[in-house]
Amino acid sequence: MEHVAQSLISGIVVGSIYALVALGFVLIYKSTAVINFAQGELLMFGAYICLTLVTVMKLPFIVSFVVTLLAAAMLGFLLERLFLRPMIGEPIISVIMLTIGLASLMQGFIHVIWGSDTMVFPAIFSQEPLRFAGIAISQVYVYSVAAAVICLLLFNLYFRFSSSGIAMRAVANDQQAAQAMGISISKIFAIAWAIAAIVAGIGGILIGNINGVNTSLSSFGLKVFPAVILGGLDSIPGAILGGFIIGILEALSGIYLDPLFEGGTKEVVPFIVLVIILMIKPYGLFGTEEIEKI
Amino acid sequence: MVKNRVGDEAILKGEEITLSFGGISALMGVNFSVKKGEVFSIIGPNGAGKSSLYNVINGFYHPQRGRVIFKGQEITHMKPYEIARLGIARSFQNIELFKHMSVLENMMLGRHIHIKYGLFSSMLYFGPGRKEEVIHRKRVEDIIDFLEIEHIRKKQVGTLSYGLQKRVEMARALCLEPEILLLDEPMAGMNLEETEDMCRFIVDVNTEWGMTVLLIEHDMGVVMDMSDRLMVLDFGESIAEGTPEEVQKNEKVATAYLGDSDGVFLGR
Ligand SMILES: Nc1ncnc2c1ncn2[C@@H]1O[C@H](COP(=O)(O)OP(=O)(O)O)[C@@H](O)[C@H]1O
Ligand SMILES: [Mg+2]
Repeated sequence: MEHVAQSLISGIVVGSIYALVALGFVLIYKSTAVINFAQGELLMFGAYICLTLVTVMKLPFIVSFVVTLLAAAMLGFLLERLFLRPMIGEPIISVIMLTIGLASLMQGFIHVIWGSDTMVFPAIFSQEPLRFAGIAISQVYVYSVAAAVICLLLFNLYFRFSSSGIAMRAVANDQQAAQAMGISISKIFAIAWAIAAIVAGIGGILIGNINGVNTSLSSFGLKVFPAVILGGLDSIPGAILGGFIIGILEALSGIYLDPLFEGGTKEVVPFIVLVIILMIKPYGLFGTEEIEKI
Repeated sequence: MVKNRVGDEAILKGEEITLSFGGISALMGVNFSVKKGEVFSIIGPNGAGKSSLYNVINGFYHPQRGRVIFKGQEITHMKPYEIARLGIARSFQNIELFKHMSVLENMMLGRHIHIKYGLFSSMLYFGPGRKEEVIHRKRVEDIIDFLEIEHIRKKQVGTLSYGLQKRVEMARALCLEPEILLLDEPMAGMNLEETEDMCRFIVDVNTEWGMTVLLIEHDMGVVMDMSDRLMVLDFGESIAEGTPEEVQKNEKVATAYLGDSDGVFLGR
């Protein structure tokens, strides 16, 4: 029983990170209609930058965290400005190919700069596990979920109450009308990319603290697809829920299916779910049926 | 109507505007001049280039040749959001509302250009952000009263009837407090009562608020009644511009329209 509870908890932790990354993905998709295949690389970028600041520059973790988010925002701005903006009006498939290209490019850069060995964060949180109802939970898990949930709440507030968050919803809803209201869509596109890079960066730092940092982190970008397709490509709450569901499903398959298939099922189960969802509910749990044509 | 509300200065001018899409010429050397405070209508058959002209004025399209001048400033190559901020608001022929949002939210988005508060004051919901929000709310409520849409203010826009959506779109445009309002077929698809209401609103924003209104409309009775002046577009060319009386007497207009489809354009 304790074993099951432990797995579920790690599923929730990983799910919260999927949720963060999925939030960024949906944000870009909703406001700019771009399917970003480089989301996993943004996550990896965050993890490596923060790790370097902590281990090489010897900066305190909190400072490194903040600097990493600034760097991520800059990277998001730059990617939008240099690569995506010139592609406005080009066929969707060209834009997809571009983001795939960007992903490879970033993979390459990271490989050249940091190599392919797994690197680990120094222990930032106390190693002493916390006990809830007799179940031991490592502190890094608790902090990760808390950080992810706080982020999700903050972004929810941002979309509801800040003028640029509201403008972003307007752009996602109807670009023409948004422009006629005096909203600069290029500014909104840039903000969307910056936020997507920030949330992915946070995800990268969290997962890097749990699992260590190596180039396989970019596979988190792939797990985003089952999460967002489950929730509905254009639904932010859907993406968040989808992230948690995929994380938990992985954990459950680790417990119940791995013994039957000699392991590895959690790499497959999310994608089986993806295929099933696409067959029975192609717009996901919360997606709008006619996806806004932009 | 008080006629002296119309000034002599041209608030909006088009000079030799030429626009084509590939091989199709939508506008060919169109000239016009709108005076401050007038209701200026643009008429012409479907495909004449009326909506394209609006898209040129508000910066969605950039013409290959010619200029658009607003209050002495050339705006031909500005971006739509810049033009909106200068004071030109519009509605769309095929309603473009934020249909997943409420009427109030749509209208608050119309206030976007006037909202100065940043992230934090608006999130904390007090201090300057709160005060600003109250001012904006007041403006929005005034426009809601004016257009008689109190009963639907909380409704999601997508659920409203076509006629009401048209009205909400005008309300949202008014929230920008523009100097010029561009209306693209605001009465299309409305029943008689809705049409009369809409006419009254247009006359009122023009006379009571002194707003300059550009109007694209097919109902000739309405156009001849409400317009100070109008322009006739035909296959991308402006064939006449003047007061309703002048246009009705115009030879070109008569030969272009009276011959085959009399009654459609002139008189009721
Ligand atoms: N985005 C566009 N792409 C191609 N052709 C267009 C576009 N917008 C308008 N047109 C063409 O320009 C001409 C004028 O259209 P429009 O301005 O909508 O006319 P109106 O509003 O007077 O009915 C039409 O032939 C139309 O097909
Ligand atoms: Mg039209």
